[in-house]
Amino acid sequence: MNKLYVSPSPHRASSMSTTKIMLMVIIALLPSAVAGCIYFGLRAFMVIAVCIASSVLFEYLSRRIMKREQTVSDLSAVVTGLLLGMNLPATVPVYIPVIGSFIAIVIVKQLFGGIGQNFANPAIVARIVLMLSFTGSMTNWVVPFHYRSDLDVTTGATPLTAGWLSFTENGEELLMAPFTPGEMLLGKTGGCIGETCAVALIIGGLFLIITKIISPATPVAFVGSFALITFIYTGSAVETIYGVLAGGLLLGAFFMATDYATTPVTTKGKIIFGIGCGLITFIIRNFGSFPEGVSFAILIMNLLTPYIDKLTYTKPFGAKKPEKSA
Amino acid sequence: MKKLNGIHLAHDKHTNDCVTVDFPLPQSVIIPMSQHMGAHCQCLVKKGDNVLVGQIIGDSEAVMSAPIHSSVSGTVTDITDYLLPNGAVCKAVVIETDGNQTLSPDIKPPVINDRQSLISAIRDCGLTGLGGAGFPTYVKLNYDPTKTPVDTLVINGAECEPYITSDYRQIMEEPSDVIEGILLIQKYMGIPKCKLCIENNKPDAIELMKKKTAEIGSIDVVSLPSEYPQGAEKVIIYSATGRIVAEGELPSHQGVMVMNVSTVAHIYRYSQNGIPLVKRRITFDGDAVKENNGNYFVPIGTRISEILAYGKAENAQKILYGGPMMGMCIYDTDQPVTKTTNAVLAFRDGALPKTTACIRCGRCVSTCPFNLMPVMIEKAYKARDIDELKKLKVMLCMNCGCCSYACPAHRPLAEINQLAKSIIPRN
Repeated sequence: MNKLYVSPSPHRASSMSTTKIMLMVIIALLPSAVAGCIYFGLRAFMVIAVCIASSVLFEYLSRRIMKREQTVSDLSAVVTGLLLGMNLPATVPVYIPVIGSFIAIVIVKQLFGGIGQNFANPAIVARIVLMLSFTGSMTNWVVPFHYRSDLDVTTGATPLTAGWLSFTENGEELLMAPFTPGEMLLGKTGGCIGETCAVALIIGGLFLIITKIISPATPVAFVGSFALITFIYTGSAVETIYGVLAGGLLLGAFFMATDYATTPVTTKGKIIFGIGCGLITFIIRNFGSFPEGVSFAILIMNLLTPYIDKLTYTKPFGAKKPEKSA
Repeated sequence: MKKLNGIHLAHDKHTNDCVTVDFPLPQSVIIPMSQHMGAHCQCLVKKGDNVLVGQIIGDSEAVMSAPIHSSVSGTVTDITDYLLPNGAVCKAVVIETDGNQTLSPDIKPPVINDRQSLISAIRDCGLTGLGGAGFPTYVKLNYDPTKTPVDTLVINGAECEPYITSDYRQIMEEPSDVIEGILLIQKYMGIPKCKLCIENNKPDAIELMKKKTAEIGSIDVVSLPSEYPQGAEKVIIYSATGRIVAEGELPSHQGVMVMNVSTVAHIYRYSQNGIPLVKRRITFDGDAVKENNGNYFVPIGTRISEILAYGKAENAQKILYGGPMMGMCIYDTDQPVTKTTNAVLAFRDGALPKTTACIRCGRCVSTCPFNLMPVMIEKAYKARDIDELKKLKVMLCMNCGCCSYACPAHRPLAEINQLAKSIIPRN
């Protein structure tokens, strides 16, 4: 008789694995990454490639140096690298993605114990550190398809930095958005590589929701609360839709605010997290000194996640309230 | 009514159409004196004794116990020590069969004319729940009707575990036994309503039962969604009646009693022929079984090795009592079929997937039928934080295994829940 395996039940496991989840996220990010490469050219592709390569390398080296089990094959470093690349302008000098990957993978992720243990989203922290350290390079936006034009001036504004055009009609002052809704949806605006094409981001986000990789709670709460408060504040549907499509809001709501490790576990917690992100984004965009606030909003909510988790424990089926001790 | 969480499993009910046949009588059987929760029985025979089918060979005075009967006629060749899956040791009676299967002369149909005589008949029959958990049936019936009156009998025909079809075969082959058993219990226990619950992946069983009970007003056939773990006691009570059995309560506190279809059918058969629980229907399946997978009436005490040999499944790496979700691993093929064995499954590959770090995806929380938070329980268990474990209500865990199944990092969450329970002091 051969030896028998003995283990506690259950003796079956679903086919879902961490690697598969990461692969799905990569697939979901591809449409907007490809769109970014089309708009911003070979340079954008290079930035993303350097981000992914250096993230994977840093992950490999950290695990190696710390003598821990190798986790490169779970693809989480690829996701972090891809997200970081999509959060950078196409024009950044090549050392910036490398520094960003170092911050994301080594400092934020591996020093805290690797996958699942990081307290904040690695790509978000890397983007914020780069933004504050290399503000010039990090805000050097170019117009889409600049690589096809012969013009010398290729710098362009993002939807959040461009001024609204004001004109008077019938004695009434009106504002006109700097980009048309079509341009906004397709992403023919200045901005980070992966944040401009709203259509591609929504397709990717819906893919993740349909395949049940992410819960719709976070993106709906994030975008919904942002849209609601913007509408209340401005009273203009045009400005509200513009605000939702502009900047990194959709990229953040679908792909960064839904990171498992750094967001609450329960649906209730996810809704609180999303609303918090929406409100903070609104506040920073309208009253802060930065034009964009998505990264800061997510980072702040990341830090609050352990507390949100504590406050949103589920109510077990048939559980009785603990008797108060006298 | 809100549906409880759960998971969708591949049904793998390959033996659905396998009509139950008698398993070839083994050369010898080994009958442990403990086959379910509760007290061990005292062995009443000694080496060299001749025993007959249905003769009592073990009994106990304790409340949580049921007598044990010989499943074969033959000679007691040994009384050995037997290591139980929970680590305890009990006696086991080894009987060499004479092949005649002579019935004991003591066997006669019981006289049942009231509640008490029904309960004592069920005890004499040695019956325990045949669905798998194996609670002594008469103990379940022995509730106090003045304190906790039961108005609904829930009959569990969910069979939500993959592979197992023994309850389904019971319904299809002897539907009248099930119905007569239900009526018998309703009559003497004074339970007005009955919900006969079957998962909707067995439409022919539902239809058959609906047809057979069309004239009987008190029995209501309920179609359950095919979602694991519909057959769990608290889950089936909620699905059938909407009642919630709260922490620390028994089903009778909510006016419900749950019994398995095979259990009630056996009660009826015993009331007619007086043959105690000496053989039972099991499903034999799994990918290591090369031939003869199907449903069998197997004498209690038949060694697993005999069953494996019958299916040419000697190369199995993992052998289970019961289904793949809650079944227990067999560690020695000399272990026998017991009263609680509803299936013997043999699999070629027993290795577990590699465990990786928790990514906090929350799948364990969203699949838990009882809304527990295994992700938090694991953390609290590692920190040995008993207050936190109590707050997380880990004691409610029924070990259904949905969390472990769903975990993409393949963490043994259900196991950790059981370990966490064990460090909470009992008061």
